[in-house]
Amino acid sequence: MSKSVDQIFVNAKQWLLSWLMPAPAWVVQIVSSLINIFALLAVFLTLFALMSVLERKILGRIQNRYGPNRVGPFGLLQPVADGIKMLIKEDIVPARADKLLHFLAPILIAAAAILALGVIPYGRNMTPFTIDGGILFFFAVGSTTELAVFMAGWGSNNKFSMLGAMRAIAQMISYELPLIITVLPVVMVVGALMPDRIVGAQAEYTLGVVPRWFVFTPWGATAFILFFVSGLVESNRTPFDVPEGESEIVAGHMTEYSGFKYATFFMAEYIGMFAITGLATTLFLGGWHSPVQVLEFIPSYVWFFAKLSTLLLVYIWLRGTLPRTRIDQIMNFAWKFILPMSFACVIAAAVWHYAGRGLRGWLWSFVVIAIVYTALSMLLDTQRKFAPRVYRFAE
Amino acid sequence: MNSAAFVLIAILTLAAALAAATLQKLMHATLSFAVALVGVAAFFFLLGAEFVGLVLIFVYIGAVAVLIVFTILLTRRDVGKDRGANWGGALLAVAVFGGLAWAVFKTQTVATGAPHIRALTVKRIGEALMTSYVWPLQCVGLLLTAALIGALVLVMEEKR
Repeated sequence: MSKSVDQIFVNAKQWLLSWLMPAPAWVVQIVSSLINIFALLAVFLTLFALMSVLERKILGRIQNRYGPNRVGPFGLLQPVADGIKMLIKEDIVPARADKLLHFLAPILIAAAAILALGVIPYGRNMTPFTIDGGILFFFAVGSTTELAVFMAGWGSNNKFSMLGAMRAIAQMISYELPLIITVLPVVMVVGALMPDRIVGAQAEYTLGVVPRWFVFTPWGATAFILFFVSGLVESNRTPFDVPEGESEIVAGHMTEYSGFKYATFFMAEYIGMFAITGLATTLFLGGWHSPVQVLEFIPSYVWFFAKLSTLLLVYIWLRGTLPRTRIDQIMNFAWKFILPMSFACVIAAAVWHYAGRGLRGWLWSFVVIAIVYTALSMLLDTQRKFAPRVYRFAE
Repeated sequence: MNSAAFVLIAILTLAAALAAATLQKLMHATLSFAVALVGVAAFFFLLGAEFVGLVLIFVYIGAVAVLIVFTILLTRRDVGKDRGANWGGALLAVAVFGGLAWAVFKTQTVATGAPHIRALTVKRIGEALMTSYVWPLQCVGLLLTAALIGALVLVMEEKR
C-alpha cells in the first residue's frame, strides 16, 4: 500500500507512456522528457506562487503587521492577482538599451534556473534527468547565470543596472568557489557525482534511530552551514542582497525591467533558491529519506518537500531578521573565512574516512574543524578598537 | 537522429563562431563566442563525454567569458572605430587552418569504424588523473596556486 503511494507518480508516468507503445523509441523518449519538464514546471511554479505569498505573510508577522489578506481566503490568491498585474503592465524598453540583450537576459536567467532543478532526486526513482555528473551539471548550468545577469546590466545601458550587475557578478563568483568546495567532501566520501548515489549513501540508520545523513558528522555540519550561507549569497537574498539594494541602486540589474520581464527575474531568483536548497537537502540532509526508520511508510517525496520547505522557512526568517551587509564585508567574509573553512571540511572528511567512519573518525574530524576554526578566529580578530572611521579616498 | 543533431549543432556552432569574428560590437562578439562554446560542449555530450562537456561549460562560460566581459568593461571604449582589415590575423588564421587540415588529411584511420569504447565516466577520469597523470596534475595545481597568490599580491593594499 505505502509502496504504491510512494511510486504513484512514477507509475502514472509509466501508464501515460504505455499509450505510446507502438511509436518508435525516440518519440517515447521525447514524450517522457516532456512529461518530466511539465511536472517540474507545474510543481515549482506553484511552489513559487505559494512561497511569494507565504514570505510576505511571514515577514508581516515578524514585523508585527498582517501582510496580504484581501485577495481570496487568507490572501492566498494574491499571487494570481500579482501575476495578472504583471502581465497587463506596459513593457518598457529604454530607447538607448541594447534591445536584443535586454530581451534575452530574463529568458536566459530563467532557463538556467529551471535547468538546474532537473538533476535533483525528488523521491524514490523520481530524478527528472539522470546523468553521471549530475552535481557538475548543476554548477555548470548555474555558472551561466552570471552571464545573464551581466547581459541584463549591460543591455539596460543604465548606471544603476551596470553597478548592480557588477556587484552581483563579483559576489556570485566569490561564493561559487566555497559553494563547490563544500560539495567536495560529500563527493569524496560517496565516490560519485550522481545525486541518486549521494542520497543512497545516506540511507541507513545508526541503531535504527539516528539517520546517517552527512549533516550529523562534524565535517558535514560545517560544510552544510557554509553551503547554506554561500547559497544565500548565490541567490542574492538578504542579508546579501547588495546587488539589488533598493536604498542605493534602485533594483540593480533589474532597474530597467518592467512588467512580465521583471516577474521573470523574480521567478528565476526564487527557482534558483529552490534549486540550491534542494541540492543542500540532497547533499547533507539525506534527500528523500525519512529522519526516523519507523516513519518510512510516508512517501519519499513528502519528506523531500518537507525538508525543502524547512530550509525555505529559514531563508524567510533570515530575511526578516538580518540587516543588509556591505559589499566589502561580504567579500572579506568569503575569502578570509568561508574559503579556508571549506578547505578544512575537505581535510576533515578525509580524516573521517581514514579513521574508520565511526566514533573515532567523528572525534578526529571534529578536532580538525575545531583547530581550523579557532586558528581562523584568532587570525581574523584584529583587536581593533572602535574609533572614528578614517576615509582614504574621500574627504 | 544523432547525425541530424550533429548537423544542427555544427550549424549553430559555426554561425556563432562567425558572428564572434565579424560582429561590430565587442560585447555581442563575446556573447556569440559563449554560444559557440556551448555548441562545442554539445558535441562532447553527443559523443558521450559528459564530463568534458560540463567542464567546458563550467570553465569557459562561467569563468572565461565572464573574464572577457570584465576586461572589455574595465578597459577603454573605442569599439566604434573601424581599424581596417587585420592582415596579420588573417595570415595566422590561414596558417592554423592549413596546419590543422594537413594533420587531419595525414591521419589515415579516420574512415575506419571507431572502436567500441567504454563510457567516459567521472570515475575513470579520476582514476586516470590520480595514477598515470598525477605529475601533470600536481604541476597544474602548483601553477594555479602560484597564479592565485600572484593575483593576491597584485591587489594587496600597500602599507604606508
